[in-house]
Amino acid sequence: MSDIFTEETRDRARAIMARYPAGRERSALLPMLHLVQSVQGYVSPEGMAFCAEMLGITKAQVAAVATFYTMYKRRPTGDWLVSVCTNTMCGVLGGDKAYKALSEHLGVGHDETTEDGTITLEHAECLAACDYAPVMTVNYEFFDRIDADRALDVVKQLENGERPQPSRGPRLCTFKEASLQLAGWADDRDGAVGEGPAGEPTLAGNRLAERFGVTVAGFDPNTPIGGNGNGSGPGHSVPPTAPKPASDGKPAGDTPAVGKESK
Amino acid sequence: MSNPSQGALAKLTPVLTKRWLSPDAWKIGVYERLDGYAALRKAFKAQPDELIALMKDSGLRGRGGAGFPTGMKWGFIPQNDGKPHYLVVNADEGEPGTCKDLPLMMADPHSLVEGIIIAAYAIRANFAAIYIRGEAMHAARRLRNAVNEAYQRGYLGRNILGTGFDLDLVVHSGAGAYICGEETALLDSLEGYRGQPRLKPPFPATHGLYSAPTVVNNVETICSVPYIVLGGGAWWKTMGTEKSPGPKIYSISGRVQNPGQYECSLGITLRELLELAGGMQDGHQLRFWTPGGSSTPLLTAEHLDTPMDFESMAAAGTMLGTTAVQIFSDQDCPVYATYRWIEFYHHESCGKCTPCREGNYWMAHVLRRILSGAGTHEDLDTLLDACDNLLGRSFCALGDGATSPVTSSIKYFKQDYLDYIEGRKAPMFGAGELVGAH
Ligand SMILES: Cc1cc2nc3c(=O)[nH]c(=O)nc-3n(C[C@H](O)[C@H](O)[C@H](O)COP(=O)(O)O)c2cc1C
Ligand code: SF4
Ligand code: FES
Repeated sequence: MSDIFTEETRDRARAIMARYPAGRERSALLPMLHLVQSVQGYVSPEGMAFCAEMLGITKAQVAAVATFYTMYKRRPTGDWLVSVCTNTMCGVLGGDKAYKALSEHLGVGHDETTEDGTITLEHAECLAACDYAPVMTVNYEFFDRIDADRALDVVKQLENGERPQPSRGPRLCTFKEASLQLAGWADDRDGAVGEGPAGEPTLAGNRLAERFGVTVAGFDPNTPIGGNGNGSGPGHSVPPTAPKPASDGKPAGDTPAVGKESK
Repeated sequence: MSNPSQGALAKLTPVLTKRWLSPDAWKIGVYERLDGYAALRKAFKAQPDELIALMKDSGLRGRGGAGFPTGMKWGFIPQNDGKPHYLVVNADEGEPGTCKDLPLMMADPHSLVEGIIIAAYAIRANFAAIYIRGEAMHAARRLRNAVNEAYQRGYLGRNILGTGFDLDLVVHSGAGAYICGEETALLDSLEGYRGQPRLKPPFPATHGLYSAPTVVNNVETICSVPYIVLGGGAWWKTMGTEKSPGPKIYSISGRVQNPGQYECSLGITLRELLELAGGMQDGHQLRFWTPGGSSTPLLTAEHLDTPMDFESMAAAGTMLGTTAVQIFSDQDCPVYATYRWIEFYHHESCGKCTPCREGNYWMAHVLRRILSGAGTHEDLDTLLDACDNLLGRSFCALGDGATSPVTSSIKYFKQDYLDYIEGRKAPMFGAGELVGAH
């Protein structure tokens, strides 16, 4: 085991432990499991023994934790972990089809790795991106609004040794490199934090407010903290110049006086 | 596509989301130029107790789903008890449908950091952690970057801005477990254990992280704090309703023209929100929807005019939850939707208590049987019976939540179940095919 985990890894493990209050080093276990995964691509028995040794707890205690969480892989994982969200929203919007297409193309099922060991496929549960549904991730970088064809494209690029561009972030890194980020190490490549504006679904409400000039009124940053100064301005303003709603069958009763809260 | 009406537009309240339009607001220099860290300087001039009183005054209620009053939660922390206090931010965002905290942390991570420093100062905590779900690597990257920048600028660490207040902040990535969003499971996970819920009481306010007084708050809750500090409680209450004040990020997904994040006055109706989202997609009619994630009972087109606030949603037999508004149409099958959600609860059940562990296992089986065309009339009774044994008998709210899609879909869409059972609808998949099974 000593040759698998170098002195650098040990230093990293100690750095993780130092993040938590003195005497509370066990809090380092989850990040440390990500760390051992960054070395071996999965949490092996040696990896668990390493955590146990660093934290002074038993291997059984580590195993109990490692087996509880979905992101700790028990078997060697490919360089590319492809996770397709098949929770309800993504599923009905095309995620189920995308998963099926990938499974057939790669010839593997859930939590299985291709014979050459490069790609692991899995179903994912809701990835907190339903406004971009259907989504998939490669090593936890998002590909938004996919369909079966786009999913196949991404995977074929991976098969060709290319690194497809994720929707929100920098270039892909390998599963091991991603695990190191999860352990708390920044990816120090240029632009790794991911530049650029958010996608349209994120900004949808803002865009409307901007287009129609809707702002929240009555905001005075100098309002005293102790004072319960009543009589702030009205909740909003929508300028009268805002485009008028088209009269094509809009529901009735939707026009409370503008600029005034209903309650 | 027609423009939204003035009435619907008047419900838009860009407060927490406003900075998102500035693409580089996640960098500290830009954030500072956009009034960032002004609330912190202001808060430091007040006494901690005044800040707790301000939160009470604002009526802010937790944005993680339960709507617990934030000021009251902070006020439960015993003072002068000689123990360390902790602040833990719940960024585990895993409730199906919920997708507001990730974009918030991506676009404006410093507003969370600033809110954390103010909250920690108010409850007198010197250590805080953000527990972010592991899969959200892109948001964690922005957060870690923001935390580093904040240390460099002296907003974190020792003697912050010369006030004598110390705070350390750790970004802690989880490892894929929905249950770790439940606050006590989160605390166990953060301590390095399996994420399984603890018995309550004692509550985290007295026995939280490392058995010390702890506040656990949702990301959006904490991000609200700087705005309340700046604008005041009275201003905050100009938005929302009397009992559910303030702005709220509604996340609308599914069969609408423009899915996305819409920050609106609490109490907006679905009819208004749909207008903002450009209406239903062409050829789709609204059939069922969740007001706040899969754990909140389904609603139908009957509820288009019910205000989406805590009280009105409860009166309609559901919950506001996380305001994750998932829209399904006449082309979507409520039985399949329920089945997929139950597969989710089955997979995510932590296994600690029997009703949830076994109940979800069996409900998934029964639903799959129905969808494969092999269901019986008794299966509906079996499902309802399982729900009876889960609701109120589970150890934590995950088990309760699992009953929501089942009981509500049977209530509104029994005919859809019967269509499968009585052979009027073609089976969704063959008996051997396990969609979404892990
Ligand atoms: C199964 C389950 C999952 C939950 N997931 C989350 C979550 O991802 N994020 C969150 O803030 N709250 C979640 N909660 C609610 C938390 O237990 C807790 O009420 C909340 O974090 C308190 O913060 P608030 O008062 O600011 O809302 C979950 C609850 C349960 C039962
Ligand atoms: S209800 Fe489910 S998730 Fe909650 S403690 Fe019981 S088994 Fe675990
Ligand atoms: S259902 Fe796929 S991201 Fe939510």
